[in-house]
Amino acid sequence: MLRFIARRFLEAIPVLFIIATATFFMMRLAPGGPFDAEKRVSPEVRARMEAHYGLDKPLFQQYLLQMKHLLQGDLGPSFKYPGHTVNEIIADSFPVSLELGMEALAVALVLGLAAGMVAALKQNSVWDHLPMGLAMTGICLPTFVLGPLLISAFALHLDWCNAAGWFFPRDRVLPALTLGAYYAAYIARLCRGGFLEVLHQDYIRTARAKGAGGARILFKHALRGGVLPVVSFLGPAVAGLLTGSFVVETIFGIPGLGRYFVTAAFNRDYFMVMGTVLFYACFVVALNLAADVVLVWLNPKLRFD
Amino acid sequence: MALSPSIALAGSADAAGASSFWRDAWRRLRQNKLAVFGLGLLSVLGALCFASFLWPNLTGFNYGQQNLALGPVPPNRLHWLGTDPLGRDLLARLLYGGGISLTVGLCATAVSLTIGVIYGAIAGFAGGKLDMVMMRLVDILYALPFAIFVILLMVFFGQNFILLFLAIGAVEWLTMARIVRGQVLTVKQQEFIEAAHALGLREGRIIFRHIVPNLLGPIIVYATLTVPEVIILESFLSFLGLGVQPPHSSWGVLIKEGAEVMEEYPWLLIYPGAVMTLTLFSLNFLGDGLRDALDVRGSKD
Repeated sequence: MLRFIARRFLEAIPVLFIIATATFFMMRLAPGGPFDAEKRVSPEVRARMEAHYGLDKPLFQQYLLQMKHLLQGDLGPSFKYPGHTVNEIIADSFPVSLELGMEALAVALVLGLAAGMVAALKQNSVWDHLPMGLAMTGICLPTFVLGPLLISAFALHLDWCNAAGWFFPRDRVLPALTLGAYYAAYIARLCRGGFLEVLHQDYIRTARAKGAGGARILFKHALRGGVLPVVSFLGPAVAGLLTGSFVVETIFGIPGLGRYFVTAAFNRDYFMVMGTVLFYACFVVALNLAADVVLVWLNPKLRFD
Repeated sequence: MALSPSIALAGSADAAGASSFWRDAWRRLRQNKLAVFGLGLLSVLGALCFASFLWPNLTGFNYGQQNLALGPVPPNRLHWLGTDPLGRDLLARLLYGGGISLTVGLCATAVSLTIGVIYGAIAGFAGGKLDMVMMRLVDILYALPFAIFVILLMVFFGQNFILLFLAIGAVEWLTMARIVRGQVLTVKQQEFIEAAHALGLREGRIIFRHIVPNLLGPIIVYATLTVPEVIILESFLSFLGLGVQPPHSSWGVLIKEGAEVMEEYPWLLIYPGAVMTLTLFSLNFLGDGLRDALDVRGSKD
């Protein structure tokens, strides 16, 4: 097991390296530069700014320099927010996205697993069709439709919470629901599929024949196998949830990390793009590894491969 | 031919001819009410959208025709779905935008299908070192944040409509490549392929006559399920202002515009949102129905 984890860690290094390289050259090949969008600056000022950030050096030298800084954990300065480093911006905004992501994940897991298990147990009844219909709606309703609808209903008409902002505990409810709905829907479908597969296996029939009760069969015997598809989905999904969502953060005015992914690319904020891409990629790699470890732990068949 | 590919796929012994598998699948699909509903709705909506794509004045109004004196009016007898703040007819914009959204969905899916199938098939057939390297590359691309990737591509290409779906297709092929590779690996090892080899058939004949037909099921199912994902991605890009540019419309553009004024003019959010959601519903139902009808398992992991 330890060797498996160590090997995956070593494999992650070239992956991150390739991602950093691809991001660097793709960004630099794109037309436009970080100082184009601002109000027109004189060529001298522009040259001074480029020299200040080291953008006047040959491209390959810049690449080597940035790689060196990245290895030292230095993501560089931000062009758009002068005086702030990318490290500071991520350190400031990530906790917000992390909190929102955790709450959305809790929503997704509780709703998704419960709906999926009920649907699998009561297959082809109302308790199957109703949750699965809702799940399909959750998958088909884009976040930028659901968000405004929830605001309209709960904030503007019922006045239960604020339309936007990130100050009080109740400000967390609508964003977490909006962000978690899609994942809850997806998890519900995967969970139903996983449990249906497991509940038809011989060992469940054996357990039932031995007189085990419904709850015991469900949680003691079926749970491990039933959640397998959910676990492999959760790896990349959790990475997406925790690093913030542009749409949800924009709609609800939340000062999280998700906005920077998009605005950095718009502003040609080179170091910011690199920082956010690498940050996200590390998350994906780490969580995929975590998902694989959990899968091996849940499924003894994989342990001997 | 003693060993028809349909036997392995359908898993039923009564497959008499090459076409009977598809006839069986069609029969099974027709029994699935939700899938039939999806297919019907898609046909009607698709026909309307593409018709208004070809004849923009289908509803009596042009999608870009402004009427500032009229302004936003709720649905009425003249404007069935009302008008937006510039006095443009929502129905015309909705149908025309649907034409664009569906076109992007289909074209981008075709792009991702082509890349994914070729890539996955090569990896699966080659096996060994090449397979490992190719699949590692797919893993690496999976770790990229897609939104940024597409945004960088759009920024790089400029906001061009044709290149929009090329960019989307270029990031959506990964799962298809994985599915096709997995399927090739499974089929390659089955007895009927061994038997074909033993009978002395040429490699090309084995691939096209025996392996490719066994790949069609998962490919069709997954392609159906890719279209809604692409439509969502396109609307997300339009929501960011990176997709379809005014005065053209797409569902993403309409929803974005509607969300901005939902308090004053709710119909501008509700109708585009409902139509888009219904379309995605239909595509997903159809995909699920096809999965059951074609007996595809584990095509979506």
